Amino acid sequence: MTVESTAARKPRRSAGSKAGTTGTERTTRTTARKAAEPELVQLLTPEGKRVKNAKNAEYAKYVAGITPEELRGLYRDMVLTRRFDAEATALQRQGELGLWASLLGQEAAQIGSGRALRDDDYVFPTYREHGVAWCRGVDPTNLLGMFRGVNNGGWDPNGNNFHLYTIVIGSQTLHATGYAMGVAKDGADSAVIAYFGDGASSQGDVAESFTFSAVYNAPVVFFCQNNQWAISEPTEKQTRVPLYQRAQGYGFPGVRVDGNDVLACLAVTRWALDRARDGEGPTLVEAYTYRMGAHTTSDDPTKYRADEEREAWEAKDPILRLRRHLEASNHTDEGFFAELEAESEALGRRVREAVRAMPDPDRFAIFEHVYADGHALVDEERAQFAAYQASFATEAESGFAAGSGDN
Amino acid sequence: MAETVTSKNLALAKAINESLRRALEEDPKVLIMGEDVGKLGGVFRVTDGLQKDFGESRVIDTPLAESGIVGTAIGLALRGYRPVVEIQFDGFVFPAYDQIVTQLAKMHARSLGKVKLPVVVRIPYGGGIGAVEHHSESPEALFAHVSGLKIVSPSNASDAYWMMQQAIQSDDPVIFFEPKRRYWDKGEVNPEAIPGPLHRAQVVREGTDLTLVAYGPMVKLCQEVAAAAAEEGKNLEILDLRSVSPLDFDAIQTSVEKTRRLVVVHEAPVFFGSGAEIAARITERCFYHLEAPVLRVGGYHAPYPPARLEEEYLPGLDRVLDAVDRALAY
Repeated sequence: MTVESTAARKPRRSAGSKAGTTGTERTTRTTARKAAEPELVQLLTPEGKRVKNAKNAEYAKYVAGITPEELRGLYRDMVLTRRFDAEATALQRQGELGLWASLLGQEAAQIGSGRALRDDDYVFPTYREHGVAWCRGVDPTNLLGMFRGVNNGGWDPNGNNFHLYTIVIGSQTLHATGYAMGVAKDGADSAVIAYFGDGASSQGDVAESFTFSAVYNAPVVFFCQNNQWAISEPTEKQTRVPLYQRAQGYGFPGVRVDGNDVLACLAVTRWALDRARDGEGPTLVEAYTYRMGAHTTSDDPTKYRADEEREAWEAKDPILRLRRHLEASNHTDEGFFAELEAESEALGRRVREAVRAMPDPDRFAIFEHVYADGHALVDEERAQFAAYQASFATEAESGFAAGSGDN
Repeated sequence: MAETVTSKNLALAKAINESLRRALEEDPKVLIMGEDVGKLGGVFRVTDGLQKDFGESRVIDTPLAESGIVGTAIGLALRGYRPVVEIQFDGFVFPAYDQIVTQLAKMHARSLGKVKLPVVVRIPYGGGIGAVEHHSESPEALFAHVSGLKIVSPSNASDAYWMMQQAIQSDDPVIFFEPKRRYWDKGEVNPEAIPGPLHRAQVVREGTDLTLVAYGPMVKLCQEVAAAAAEEGKNLEILDLRSVSPLDFDAIQTSVEKTRRLVVVHEAPVFFGSGAEIAARITERCFYHLEAPVLRVGGYHAPYPPARLEEEYLPGLDRVLDAVDRALAY
């Protein structure tokens, strides 16, 4: 046994005895969390103070010239995204949506990375990237169609270079990699960003996308939002090393950023996108953040996580943090917040009305776009379906339908 | 030019090679991807010489990761490319099955037609070459059950050439099953005589007494069966389906209305196989024409056996002739 490995084992034992636990599982988890924290790139503390140090300098220069107006813009994006998300959660509770995957707590990771992108960059999201969609100019009401059950997508992916939400965990990282390989073949200098979570990091597709992107030097940024929980499973059930360190084994850089710090997320993503544009290949960004709500509205986090954990993360709230910074820097006045509040309410109202007004799709939509070139079986079944539907009209016309007879 | 004889006698594998070459020449967006497809030219040499002539950016040796091959092909298709990917053997497609079924097949519909996925997945399939396990399977029914995919399989060199052209030109994903035991069978290929559409079945032998339906590797067997039956005075019709999805039920119906008897032959297990679908639909369509139940000949509900037993497992001349006799006995 080497000196290093002995040293690595010691604190594990003492951490266990301090915490008063007897099992080894609890001890290793504590150690993993402690080891994880100091690696963060942070530019704004939870108190809203700018952080300047040698470690952050490489990234800080990417936001060195940020104006008060841009800071207010980031704040506005986060507030409106949170308001939209809250409205969607409420609409699910009211039975207007079948399901909702909330992004509460992840606004900084999404707005910071989303605002780092150029229009010609391409985004491959999971199903929780409502803030990134907002940055891409996708109308938020379009995100709700699949959750209401009127479609499986809801927007033209090429309209905003924002791919459809992907439900199967991690699949989109390969699509992003392939797309980025195409970008490189085209000789374009745009970049591609793939979003995924800590749970997805366990999927083979994510590992394969790391391999392919490294081998082909694809201009792709892997943006992992480590929100600590994959439904009920903590990050420790996915990995025994900090996630950003995975990149090293594939031959490209990984960096862990404070995912609740919008400035740091903006800076680090810009840095990673720059690398992609310059032909330096993929980067893994791990945004260390927290999902404050449930995984989806079907989930019940009270069954698997402690209140204290959420409370600890609430103190690191991304929106509050930037507000403190804006106020301390005299970048805003009361009028700004009041106007934003009014804008939020208007957005909530618009979303609410849009969802309730969403028509059910035409019943023949079942058979639309199954194939680009057409397919005999689809044609046959559409005709059968039409005949079946028409049989009701025939009954009504001949007076058999209830309430339509002369007598 | 007009007097030039353009028809060539090519092995089926070479016909696919020439078809891929033509696609690479005609469309700069066509890419070949897969394990060993570059320098080696594929384990069956189907892509032989293509990387040498078109370069590593068009004919791409990939990492050994099937999900990655199909998943990145999807991304390339979204960027406007037309990838033709090779899965080395039938049994190796399953790591990519998720990408094929949940992503490749559905994305066009999910986007309401806004994105197209012109990806061809080439799979050498079937047995009869004495291979080890996972190298001899016929999983076409597992794909045919999934909407959004087209499933085709040529049985001869000419179809191999032309169906590959049509598969690459299709805006839909096509799973292209190549009958590996027929790779070395030669046939005439005319690169100028454009054939019928990809989904159209073909009568390869006219007959009156019974219809044999097959595709891919079993078409040749059915021709041998028909020749043997002819010696006994039985006149069998053979229909080469060419496409499993869509499936040309009209052609089968036309034939069955003439012969009144149907035997379906495929290598895949009979249970829940493409023969079951054909039997059910033809029973619906031709109930009053049929003189006998639709019979099926295929693999058993057992893992593909070791090579020394595959001749027992695979439909052979005698097993098909036996089914023909049973159908004619009604």
